Amino acid sequence: MTQPMPPSPVTRSSSIPPRAARTTSPETVVITGICGRLGKRLARTLHREVPVVGVDRRPFTDKPKDVEHVEIDIRRKKLKDVFRSGDIAAVVHLGVMHDPRASTADHHSWNVTGFVKLLEYVAHFQIPKLVVLSSANVYGPQPDNAQFLAEEAPLLGGQNFSEIRDLIEVDMLAQSFFWKHPETETVILRPVHILGTVRNAASNFLRLPTVPTALGFDPMVQVVHEQDVVHALHLALAPGVRGIFNLAGPEPLPLSRIIKILGRPRMPVPVTLGKLVLKRLWSLRLTNFPPPEIDHIRYVCMVDDRRARQVLGYAPRHSIEETVRAVDSEQW
Amino acid sequence: MAIEPSSKGRPNGGAGRGLASLVRVRSLAPLVRRLWGDALTSIDEWMTASLGEEFSERLGRVPVALGQAGVDPFGLDPRWTKYALASAGILHRHYFRTEVFGAKNVPAGKVLLVGNHSGQLPIDATLLGAAMFMDVEPPRFIRAMVEKWTQTLPFVSLLFSRVGQVVGVPENALRLLEQGEALVVFPEGARGISKTFDKRYQLTDFGLGFMRLAIETGAPIVPIAIIGGEEQYISVANLDRVAKVLGMPSFPVMPQLLIPGGQLPLPTKYRIYFGEPMFFDGDPDDDDSVIEEKVWLVRATIQSMVNRGVKARQHIFW
Repeated sequence: MTQPMPPSPVTRSSSIPPRAARTTSPETVVITGICGRLGKRLARTLHREVPVVGVDRRPFTDKPKDVEHVEIDIRRKKLKDVFRSGDIAAVVHLGVMHDPRASTADHHSWNVTGFVKLLEYVAHFQIPKLVVLSSANVYGPQPDNAQFLAEEAPLLGGQNFSEIRDLIEVDMLAQSFFWKHPETETVILRPVHILGTVRNAASNFLRLPTVPTALGFDPMVQVVHEQDVVHALHLALAPGVRGIFNLAGPEPLPLSRIIKILGRPRMPVPVTLGKLVLKRLWSLRLTNFPPPEIDHIRYVCMVDDRRARQVLGYAPRHSIEETVRAVDSEQW
Repeated sequence: MAIEPSSKGRPNGGAGRGLASLVRVRSLAPLVRRLWGDALTSIDEWMTASLGEEFSERLGRVPVALGQAGVDPFGLDPRWTKYALASAGILHRHYFRTEVFGAKNVPAGKVLLVGNHSGQLPIDATLLGAAMFMDVEPPRFIRAMVEKWTQTLPFVSLLFSRVGQVVGVPENALRLLEQGEALVVFPEGARGISKTFDKRYQLTDFGLGFMRLAIETGAPIVPIAIIGGEEQYISVANLDRVAKVLGMPSFPVMPQLLIPGGQLPLPTKYRIYFGEPMFFDGDPDDDDSVIEEKVWLVRATIQSMVNRGVKARQHIFW
């Protein structure tokens, strides 16, 4: 699997004039998938600074008044109207669907076709900035992973877990867009397991009343607080920043310690048995964890985020305890 | 402590077993926890008795990059490493009665420990680990690279990671050296450890990777000669075809395995010689031939240390 070498990130170059100095400075930020929990949080962080336009087919409850919400599917032609209104400084793409229960066709058309459309408009209207939220899962947990994967590591996540192949495709599409359209500053963020009020596999796993683990395995795990990801997305909007950035949270911990922080009982299950049971439960629709995700509690999939720390100026603000406990917090 | 008490009596898992067995096992947890605690205390006492007070004192002086959770980024946990080192220490002091020479030659900070490999089972690495902890100042935990497939084995992968052994990929080696660790490399690899008795103390070919690593990180190389390993298991032949069929790196023929008690390694006396650190510079991505010359220098140094060591000893067993 060959992929373009990630660009050596240009530091915030001073050659670009500050946006305020331009006569007609575009400043609107378009956020796709704004009604997800991360999208809402990002909107709340941004809406006091810049005009925010959200695109999502879901309804936006308790929306701040000055956020404009366009309730459409990103695959619709109508999306172009959002761009036509002009004045767009940046597009933040959070609208990736990762629902293992959805049909693969649906998944693919939403994630890939929708994203291709979006890229088309970004190129056509020459939007100066594109931020794509990918995930460290694209590297995939493997027994022979380096302890900390750099941005250059191959994206092997789909090797044993075909459901995430379209997420890898999104990442790759963004990478090729980076090269094809140098006039747009493309940023790809690859955060590790995001914990918080979000409904992703990692948070849901830690919310289980008794957390199953793989007997005889206790890999080191990195997690990141959702608010820290929002902070990184905010940093990525700064002019001059481009490239691929891994995002890790506070220091890595063995999985057992993370479960201990939550004070939940843990039940080690032999891997072969666990796989068998999970497959059965999955086919009976009694669980939302696809069987290949067992690899995440067996092997390491950790990233090296030195580039994000140096170039983006990113640093997690939440301690490991705060990050892990965030899965139980209801308020936000 | 480090190992969860629940690792004792646990349900076989699976939804089918029902909650009843789970509840029953849960109620046993406090008892198991107390027994486990008692067992650990008595192991600790016995450890101090056989290895001396100094052992725990040294443990506090090992420079490790621990996070606030008490684990290093690679998963090393001193609370596990302690027990691994204690068992290695007992072999080191009482079974193989290792003599260590030139311990002062090991510099503090990042270092590549390059030695000869022998003895069918990697006891030489174990004893080197014990020596680095018990005889070298400041005491160090050695880090070694392990085969990738070990990561797929339950418990083995967990143990390796907790005692500081990492997957053998170049990125990990680089990072460990940047972290200032002592990295053990046996450039002979499996060829070295499975030597037959007639080839004893003759170094086989060296790999080149360690030299590129040393040049890239500027880490000093400490050449090491380990004497005594070749006689612990006497292998008269190596059945390559059988090894291939079984998917093993080698299949040594060891007559002593047929004698009762011969399954244990013979209690030879080990001698470990640390040579003076060697420094190399240049381009880590140089041609193989350029790197090979530098590797040859290290290999020649180790070979002559081995030859002198073999000549100097009066007897294999004492």
